[in-house]
Amino acid sequence: MYAARAVSVSVRGKTLLDGVDLRLDPGRVVAVVGPNGAGKSTLLKVMAGERRPDEGRVELDGRPLAECPAAYLATRRAVLPQSIDVVFPFLVSEVVSLGMPPSLTARECNLLVERALDAVELAHLGARIYGTLSGGEKQRTQLARVLAQVWSRECTYLLLDEPTSSLDLAHQLVILRLARAHAASGGGVLMILHDLNLASMAADEIVALKGGSRIASGRPSVVVTDDLIAALYGVRAEVRGVPEGPFLLPQTAQLPD
Amino acid sequence: MSSAASLPVARSRSMRRGTTSIAVSGVLLLIAIVASLAIGPVLIAPLDVVGIFGHALAGTRPLDGVAMRDAVVILDIRLPRTVLTVLVGAALAAGGAVLQGVFRNPLADPALVGVSTSAAFAAVLWIVFGYAAVAWLPSLVAGFALPLAAFLGSLISTILLYRIATHEGRTSVAMLLFTGIAIGALAAAGTGLVIFVASDQQLREFTFWTLGSAGGANWQKIAIALPFFLALFAGSLRLSRGLDALALGEAEAFHVGIDTQFLKRASIVLVAAGVGAAVSVSGVIGFIGLVIPHLLRLSAGPMHRPLILGCILLGGALLTASDIVARTIAAPAEVPVGVVTAILGAPYFLYLVHRNRTALGG
Repeated sequence: MYAARAVSVSVRGKTLLDGVDLRLDPGRVVAVVGPNGAGKSTLLKVMAGERRPDEGRVELDGRPLAECPAAYLATRRAVLPQSIDVVFPFLVSEVVSLGMPPSLTARECNLLVERALDAVELAHLGARIYGTLSGGEKQRTQLARVLAQVWSRECTYLLLDEPTSSLDLAHQLVILRLARAHAASGGGVLMILHDLNLASMAADEIVALKGGSRIASGRPSVVVTDDLIAALYGVRAEVRGVPEGPFLLPQTAQLPD
Repeated sequence: MSSAASLPVARSRSMRRGTTSIAVSGVLLLIAIVASLAIGPVLIAPLDVVGIFGHALAGTRPLDGVAMRDAVVILDIRLPRTVLTVLVGAALAAGGAVLQGVFRNPLADPALVGVSTSAAFAAVLWIVFGYAAVAWLPSLVAGFALPLAAFLGSLISTILLYRIATHEGRTSVAMLLFTGIAIGALAAAGTGLVIFVASDQQLREFTFWTLGSAGGANWQKIAIALPFFLALFAGSLRLSRGLDALALGEAEAFHVGIDTQFLKRASIVLVAAGVGAAVSVSGVIGFIGLVIPHLLRLSAGPMHRPLILGCILLGGALLTASDIVARTIAAPAEVPVGVVTAILGAPYFLYLVHRNRTALGG
């Protein structure tokens, strides 16, 4: 069990998170949605242990996260950050290997790097210098690094901060499939998504944040409504329920008068 | 697809380029060492150098006249100096690689960002104001205080540099260089002031501290500085995995299990120890810590274990070669070795800046 309990974060008097609860269980995919500045990334950083909440706490396996050393956390959860910059001219395969434990033999390490690059459809770029890749290729390399960490350390939880932001449609679907596969094999996935359609497709539960507070949560078909979209983004849009689960036609979106 | 075939190629390329560069660096170091022992006012054939070593290892010295003289020249005069340049070059290059890893910035050369200059300032302060306090101790024990003072000087300046130039785990090139230049200028001014206030006997020339020299090498100095160098070499190899992960970013290194606070603190202490000891025995020598790690990142790759190993070998080779030039080019006078490394390194630095000028905001 991995849960945030009433976490609040503020920076220089500005409240980024205000008493947010979040629970991540094995076997489930939870998508966090909300407008820019809603506190989504801050919530992910608090869950990852990278940022201490000012109030409230995060618990992992019944222990307060603050008491867990970095080396232990790395065996329980992996994190895909938004930042994709790597200094120095590392090869793509070297970047992917950076999340694996030192105990692995070179052979095991090679196999996992290969499998992870294959999973994000980058196997042909393993010998390239990371800095020469496109934005989308860098993002997929980072995801391969996270997968290699998950597989080599048998992490249960996967935290993804906008994993699809620089990807084309086909690769967005690849990422969602990987997230579902991780949940199907008994893992828990928390991801920040901007696209409500993708969130509705992939998530068991959607958590909507606005202004640092959780304003709605539940199954996509229940949560994603015209009213929620109006409340979150201040735009009116029609949500329809075809083919399975709700979807939203961006063409129908209108800014308020 | 060809994934099964292409990936092992990628990994083996990664390992092969590391192994090849380390082997080449090792050969260059051996050549530099033999050349340094052979070249000087008396030229000794490389084979005779090897022969004299054979004797020395067997615990004997040659008995006939010329060979006996050569043995004295090599073992008593040139060997300590060569050992010193190998160790100092290795420490400056490895220290540069570690500092660059911590600052996530390839321009963090200990001399360029004021760390070496601060070590020199602390060493000079100690010699003028502190040495009298421990002069009654045996010279080996009292001698330890000098690299210790230099260590503290570089430690304080590195911490200051990190605090000022780094914001949320990031160091911009401009902030790093501006802060480094200011710290370096202040320390150099302090050094100049103390030296000119002090009496002549207490210090060697100003140029020793500002431009470096391996001229005063002897076994006692080497013995005193050695533990500091070994700490840097062994410690930085142990931290290499963490430094690799740090290239992803500070938060990302934490995500993959690195205690980043410990990593940064340990790295800074090790760099200060190695650079401080180097400065205490040979003054401020620039550009080794910039040029060598950069060359090796291109050839051995940026993974820190092969990078640091390569730096130890190639840094030793370059400073030893530079010292040969420094003591022969204007013989019988000696040019400060920092002048030679600057003549080699500064154009390289300009080339780096030119090549990266878009990234540097030019």
